[in-house]
Amino acid sequence: MEVLLGITGKDFVIVAASKAAMRGASILKSNDDKTRPLNKHNLLAFSGEAGDTIQFTEYIQANIALYSMRNETDLGPSAVASFIRSELAKSLRSRKPYNVNLLLGGVDPISREPSLYWLDYLASSAKLPYAAHGYAQYYCLSILDKHHHPDISFDQGMRILRMCTDELQRRLPIDFKGMTVKVVKKDGIQEVEYDTSKQVLSA
Amino acid sequence: MDTLVAQYTQPPFSHEGYTQDEQEDYAESIPPLSLKFALPPVDRPAQFLRAMTDDHSNPDCPIKIAHGTTTLAFRFKGGIIVATDSRATAGNWIASQTVKKVIEINPMLLGTMAGGAADCQYWLAYLGIQCRLHELRHKRRISVAAASKILANLVYSYKGMGLSMGTMITGVTPQEGPALYYIDSDGTRLAGNLFCVGSGQTFAYGVLDALYKYDLEDDEALELGKRSILAAQHRDAYSGGYINLYHVKEDGWVKHGFMDSNPIFWETKLEKGEFSNVTSHL
Repeated sequence: MEVLLGITGKDFVIVAASKAAMRGASILKSNDDKTRPLNKHNLLAFSGEAGDTIQFTEYIQANIALYSMRNETDLGPSAVASFIRSELAKSLRSRKPYNVNLLLGGVDPISREPSLYWLDYLASSAKLPYAAHGYAQYYCLSILDKHHHPDISFDQGMRILRMCTDELQRRLPIDFKGMTVKVVKKDGIQEVEYDTSKQVLSA
Repeated sequence: MDTLVAQYTQPPFSHEGYTQDEQEDYAESIPPLSLKFALPPVDRPAQFLRAMTDDHSNPDCPIKIAHGTTTLAFRFKGGIIVATDSRATAGNWIASQTVKKVIEINPMLLGTMAGGAADCQYWLAYLGIQCRLHELRHKRRISVAAASKILANLVYSYKGMGLSMGTMITGVTPQEGPALYYIDSDGTRLAGNLFCVGSGQTFAYGVLDALYKYDLEDDEALELGKRSILAAQHRDAYSGGYINLYHVKEDGWVKHGFMDSNPIFWETKLEKGEFSNVTSHL
């Protein structure tokens, strides 16, 4: 029941991940951050099997950092997505594949164009205007289909995100303890204050 | 000689009609509301039926039952909106794109159909009969609460025997106002303001919950019902075809069309700019 959401707009990408770290019947941590910054303009959010997620994401994070140090330049979102996809594809054909689903939000440092990549453990990669992983897909994609437009402002993006998280709070049987919300813009990655303490009940 | 005497001392017509035993058998074996069915002559009939028909637990099952649906109904100040898709699937096969999943029980009551198509059609027709009998016996229309309870008790009496249905019963009566009940083959019966049922339910809930309020105008409510089904038809592979739309009011239900969803989808995309992840050019 982990939630990952991504929404692009005119000049930004919002990436949101649920805060609950669940194992078995317990919530072990209620302020878990399921995102890692890869470089100044790329943010990776992850869900999947315990252990695999952090191992894989930090491996990617280290390699992207290494690239930046060696070449004194940052990879753009599409290059990062291609690199991650190739690593996942390699892993998929190994003895013990990583079971990790990802959302990559990034802004191209030169063209300043925002982009969002949806990647799953089978090494599918898709560039999308909005995306979700897990059960969130079932509830949020129909909302995003209706309310998303390619050139929305950041405020409109946050309003759509609120519609999505409200629906998840209303309909998911397990409390996911709110969301960490981060936004990637041309001047970097910022965390956004996001309050989900208000109870949302169905009609 | 004794046999001849015995033969002619019996009442002449005693071998006709039902014997005492047979009469008792008929009187006692039929529960008041349910009919009698032949079960498979095996050790555990329910398990046998599941193995032969249930796609979920056995993908190789020889009989694929029509499943997969999106249906919704919600209460608002102007009555009740009922909307469904029209696709019937049997496994991966689209068996039909023109199914009527709104069942007109009588001019006042509507039922919706999700799960096994045959189960829903048969038992909602049966419910129609019971509702008519109630009218004749009591000289007044049955309440929605009572009608839904007939169905709930009926399916509960068959619990564990392989029935598969998720249905909503709606109607407006003078004593209850607009009423909406959800009934499924587990025996659940719930009254509520808003339900979506079927494999596409989550997609419909997404759109519906975000914009639902009780004080909707008639045209807004119809549009919302239509758009919620469209959302599910777009994202759920087991929903599609046409949008069947009804409005239930005090003086009975009104049909608002059986609309092909394809032109509605493209109209929604191109004119309102929604579904921005779908490309419209090569």
